[in-house]
Amino acid sequence: MATAFSATLPLHGSSSQENRLLLPSTRLPPPPPPSSFLGSTRSLPIRRLNHAHASRRSPVVAVQEIVKAKKPTNSLLITKEEGLVLYEDMILGRSFEDMCAQMYYRGKMFGFVHLYNGQEAVSTGFIKLLTQSDSVVSTYRDHVHALSKGVSARAVMSELFGKVTGCCRGQGGSMHMFSKEHNMLGGFAFIGEGIPVATGAAFTSKYKREVLKQDCDDVTVAFFGDGTCNNGQFYECLNMAALYKLPIIFVVENNLWAIGMSHLRSTSDPEIWKKGPAFGMPGVHVDGMDVLKVREVAKEAVARARRGEGPTLVECETYRFRGHSLADPDELRDAAEKAKYAARDPITALKKYLIENKLANEAELKSIEKKIDELVEEAVEFAEASPQPGRSQLLENVFADPKGFGIGPDGRYRCEDPKFTEGTAQV
Amino acid sequence: MWGILGRRAVVNGGISASSLRSRVRSSSVSARSYAAAGSKEMTVRDALNSAIDEEMSADPKVFVMGEEVGQYQGAYKITKGLLEKYGPERVYDTPITEAGFTGIGVGAAYAGLKPVVEFMTFNFSMQAIDHIINSAAKSNYMSAGQINVPIVFRGPNGAAAGVGAQHSQCYAAWYASVPGLKVLAPYSAEDARGLLKAAIRDPDPVVFLENELLYGESFPISEEALDSSFCLPIGKAKIEREGKDVTITTFSKMVGFALKAAEKLAEEGISAEVINLRSIRPLDRATINASVRKTSRLVTVEEGFPQHGVCAEICASVVEESFSYLDAPVERIAGADVPMPYAANLERLALPQVEDIVRAAKRACFRSK
Repeated sequence: MATAFSATLPLHGSSSQENRLLLPSTRLPPPPPPSSFLGSTRSLPIRRLNHAHASRRSPVVAVQEIVKAKKPTNSLLITKEEGLVLYEDMILGRSFEDMCAQMYYRGKMFGFVHLYNGQEAVSTGFIKLLTQSDSVVSTYRDHVHALSKGVSARAVMSELFGKVTGCCRGQGGSMHMFSKEHNMLGGFAFIGEGIPVATGAAFTSKYKREVLKQDCDDVTVAFFGDGTCNNGQFYECLNMAALYKLPIIFVVENNLWAIGMSHLRSTSDPEIWKKGPAFGMPGVHVDGMDVLKVREVAKEAVARARRGEGPTLVECETYRFRGHSLADPDELRDAAEKAKYAARDPITALKKYLIENKLANEAELKSIEKKIDELVEEAVEFAEASPQPGRSQLLENVFADPKGFGIGPDGRYRCEDPKFTEGTAQV
Repeated sequence: MWGILGRRAVVNGGISASSLRSRVRSSSVSARSYAAAGSKEMTVRDALNSAIDEEMSADPKVFVMGEEVGQYQGAYKITKGLLEKYGPERVYDTPITEAGFTGIGVGAAYAGLKPVVEFMTFNFSMQAIDHIINSAAKSNYMSAGQINVPIVFRGPNGAAAGVGAQHSQCYAAWYASVPGLKVLAPYSAEDARGLLKAAIRDPDPVVFLENELLYGESFPISEEALDSSFCLPIGKAKIEREGKDVTITTFSKMVGFALKAAEKLAEEGISAEVINLRSIRPLDRATINASVRKTSRLVTVEEGFPQHGVCAEICASVVEESFSYLDAPVERIAGADVPMPYAANLERLALPQVEDIVRAAKRACFRSK
């Protein structure tokens, strides 16, 4: 079973097949007749605009075409600054996860810890294009998504150690990284659970723009795996995101394995990108071990969402170098498969690209690596030194408003207001 | 407030039922429910509709989402007129995707909006229960207060008339066992208005359990309750009827049955105190216990399955806190421990009836075997 994948899966191998796109050009619905009801889209002028333009304009362009188009003028996909930012982010992800493994085996971290080694290109490729107000929703494999989004290494490490200085004060843990400041909306243990939540965040962005008339073009990126793509909620959300034209990007981190269940054994049609057009959105397949390719696709998908053209489904072919979690002995995966993907390590690939294209030299990259090593060491020291949560924290934060009388106009609990009387009509 | 009054209604065997009724009416704050002749009446349906309408017009972040809430005017006509008034951007007819649209509502609440998610019945919420519990109820705790979820899940709960096993379950006990959720169960029109408005304004996830058979019932409603800033406190029970011999606690449709039972008991000289729980979580243990300390006897009534039900929790609470005040074993009346049958006579047997409550109260008063 494990050895069969490289033979049967047509996605690997020739590069011409690697970045495929399917437009919903044959699947666009006819313009809505005045009396029919199409949910909220009826009142959207954007929908009519889309329909008028769709036939002559491709919303998402395959990466290869971009690369070809750029070749005559400038053969590089990134500038030096961008390259260093990407490199640093991926090195941070890798070092952090390696440190997590060390700390887990030393007993500082406990419970379920799922590491992201090998998949850094996907997180970096997408999240480094987002602003602070854009949202990211992830699964239990969320440490690196949180780091890429801007949550500090200290906060994430402390959270993993269960200390009060963690981003969720030790109450969430490895699988529940939340940060309101950075719009990291979790961290969900159930696969597929984050997808509707992400769709809701995208819904809010559109609602703010259209109903509250605010200037809002925030997008949401939902990360999830290949196993999730067989879950009902995924399809429910593909349907509604396309129906309401929500600014969301569904990113499938297809690492071919759901714990020990191979993607090919569990899926009738393993090509996940094809499921996008079935719901009326573009489906793109990209090499998830190459951060530059991911970034190019991400740019277009994010721009599409910001323009109000709706969702995109991006399938990133990637691989996790470690087991499903630190408790997984990882016996079912073939050594040859692991070796094949280890040779495509995204960090090594980017390093090679930067050096070959004279965007950076060894010394600069080494200094970044050293800086990140120090940062991660410091995060561990910080987490070690931080206190555990106090006993009283056990009962805190169950409710935003524990007394149930609501929060008054002055922002304090109504029941604490000395003028609080028995007739709530006055309060 | 709606707590216990200092004055006790004095009852002895000589006072007739009708004068007792009028004495209760004049003496208790809960007289609001038995308002003087000439005041307005309102159905629970209109009360809910007006509550949602007023909250939507007061706060543009409130929106309604659910199956058939828009063009169909609501499966039970609770959201009638809202689509015309607020437009399709604020009243969403969803596809039949409970998990999906509940999750979308939760995600929208994470990001700052205030969704009111309707389940056609709470039985369908089982397809979305992961989101109600894992992404809504637990989020404020998991994120250590960073992300609160100001969402309301509402819809009919419990048995209707002849709808069969899969449409008749009562979910009060399931949801009320989860920390992080607030669970409300209104009875009268005033309850419906006040509690729904409070729920929509509340910054936490609220499960609002209505009852299909109550939608068409009319209740008197006071001017105060019609005011657009009227809110009832979450977590406080209401004493619908003062009494001194036995405490009957219940919620939703069973409150009506309990009041009828109290009338029947009064004819036999037993003065029953009927408590309308209104809020299942947080449960108003203080009111219940104070009442039991006064009467020394407890009968709890609910429609749902008996094992691990709301009644079980109330009995445990009373036994833990007021054991030495009890003069009789606690009585528990719940639905039969079977999936709801379809045949009308069997359905009647599977649900508590007024006679069951009367019998239990008499047992508690040692008036019968």
